[in-house]
Amino acid sequence: MSTNLSPDLDSTGAPSTPDTVTDERGTQGADRIFSGVSTGAGIVILLALAGVAFFLVKEAIPAITADPAELSGNAESLWDFLAPLVFGTVYAAILALIIATPLAIAIALFISHYAPRKLSTSLGYLTDILAAVPSVVFGLWGLFVLAPLLVPLMGVLERALGWLPLFAGPVANSGRTLLVATLVLAVMILPIITAISREIFLQTPRLHEEAALALGATRWELIKMAVLPYARSGIISATMLGLGRALGETMALALILSPTPGLISLNIISTQNSQAIAPNIALRFPESSGLAINGLFLTGLVLFVITFLVNFGARRITSNAFSGAN
Amino acid sequence: MASTQTREPLTTGSDTTPTSIRQGTLASNTVIGIAAGSVAAGVGITLPLFGANYALMILIATACYMVALYSVSRRTEGARRATDRMVTTVVSLAFALAVLPLVSVIYTVVEKGTARFDMAFFTETMRNVVGVGGGASHALIGTLIITALAAVISVPIGIMTAVYLVEYGRGPLARAVTLLVDVMTGIPSIVAGLFAAGLFAQLAGPGTKNGFAGAVALSVLMVPIVVRSAEEMIRLVPNELREASYGLGVPKWRTITKIVLPTSIGGILTGVTLAIARVIGETAPLLIAVGTTDSTNLNPFSDRMETLPIFAYYSYQQPGFGEGIQASYDRSWAASLTLMLVVMVLFGLARVLASVLKPKGLK
Repeated sequence: MSTNLSPDLDSTGAPSTPDTVTDERGTQGADRIFSGVSTGAGIVILLALAGVAFFLVKEAIPAITADPAELSGNAESLWDFLAPLVFGTVYAAILALIIATPLAIAIALFISHYAPRKLSTSLGYLTDILAAVPSVVFGLWGLFVLAPLLVPLMGVLERALGWLPLFAGPVANSGRTLLVATLVLAVMILPIITAISREIFLQTPRLHEEAALALGATRWELIKMAVLPYARSGIISATMLGLGRALGETMALALILSPTPGLISLNIISTQNSQAIAPNIALRFPESSGLAINGLFLTGLVLFVITFLVNFGARRITSNAFSGAN
Repeated sequence: MASTQTREPLTTGSDTTPTSIRQGTLASNTVIGIAAGSVAAGVGITLPLFGANYALMILIATACYMVALYSVSRRTEGARRATDRMVTTVVSLAFALAVLPLVSVIYTVVEKGTARFDMAFFTETMRNVVGVGGGASHALIGTLIITALAAVISVPIGIMTAVYLVEYGRGPLARAVTLLVDVMTGIPSIVAGLFAAGLFAQLAGPGTKNGFAGAVALSVLMVPIVVRSAEEMIRLVPNELREASYGLGVPKWRTITKIVLPTSIGGILTGVTLAIARVIGETAPLLIAVGTTDSTNLNPFSDRMETLPIFAYYSYQQPGFGEGIQASYDRSWAASLTLMLVVMVLFGLARVLASVLKPKGLK
């Protein structure tokens, strides 16, 4: 039927009056302009990203070719300059991730499978608000509220677990420690992991859930057997996106920590902290000039590459999973 | 009739095997009793030994509740139900734990922010102010100008890119754009600031800092958010609407501007508002691209501007000395409170937009 219909329409459309022909030409032109504009917007995004990469590399090159000793006092190679910063960045981010991931999954489960359906949208809204709290506010909160609160706890940790390099101490009385900073980081990445996990938990096929319930599964067994296996790749990618965010987070760390340059330390409760890339740039950039600026651009480039790889990996995992599911 | 007869022996026969079918369930009174007992235990253990330590009280009460509930439930309902109850408790606790920082942040900001949340804060600048007094009107103006510029740059690009991806995008270019939008979502904000600094060093000489550079940096962060939400909304527009429009002979671009976009405009504007809320509190890129100043600057194309997040940051980092320190901290909190209020208002606006502009008849 439809194959019969379309040539019919064409044949009635073709012998049209000259008036509609010019009209058609006009709309074709407008159509072409509109599609050109929207394609152009897509190309602007390509250019913007190319621009980000280009300017980072361009400004970083002087630092790569320069004598490493000029970048930081006792660096013998470029690696000596970068290693402590890369360590500080990755260490803080991974600690935050370890704290945030189980919590985020539990919260997502609460919203998707435990809370009443009517409540669940407004609860999701609550986590959205958490995501929109400005990072500088989180930093100040960590500094003024969380840090004093945790000083006694850090004392307990040092006395009980001081033999671990993590809690070797001595405890910073100001509370400005990596532990506080990573807790704030964890709170900041919580909403991202929660939002994505929640979305995926809600997508669990209804039939899988009903099948589990029909077999007499309790709610936990339903989650264990139907929801979590289905959502595993989604959880992994959500976690990696959270990691990407934690790696790039600046202000909370810049406000809370007073780091020791060039230090690589596992200790999370002492005054001596490793510096991360992003807060290092934020603290140094306004006061720097010349080669120091190029050095900061170099660290920014390294951060860009690290977050790029992490995010890319996360997308890889999700796209693979979805193509497998379909 | 026959079926009921054949079923009957089955149920009677099952008397021997599954206790699980006829096992007891905990009465809600028992659960409440356990909860009350745990609270009593928490208070009773903590008060004489450690004084009024609320954190410890809650911790002990929670532990008691979980152990008691598990063991009682295990005895009457069996291990599976007991585990289920345990997990329910843990999951609910996790949620409460997540709400805690949010409540604490809001409470702290309101409590500490109200000290300087007065008229002077919104009418005065920090020009020639040392120590007590001054305000953040210059920062508020700067934030509004820079965020508005960022929105002007990124909203058209974002929406048109979304239109491209949904309506036109085929082949390698569309795949590349999708991928790069994802990559862009993950760009650290400080890197966006470095990009703007590098770009404007190239255009206007090294060390250039102005509001427009900040707007460019914020746009890098904002465009992917707008694209993602707009794309999602445009995809929701039912294909029947497009086909009906094409069927009436309406060209594609008119279909998009007259049918697709108006249908999805509520969702798109909501996404835009949320994107603005997301970038208005960004500090790191502005620190690098815009810098800081004490007086009002209305021209985003030359010289530094002050913005609220930067104001909050420097009021803490460089508080001055003597009694000026507390005054500076107070200003920092007042700026934080203002920022939070702006974000909340934007969130409220997004909700209102979503419900007002929702097309009739669309789920």
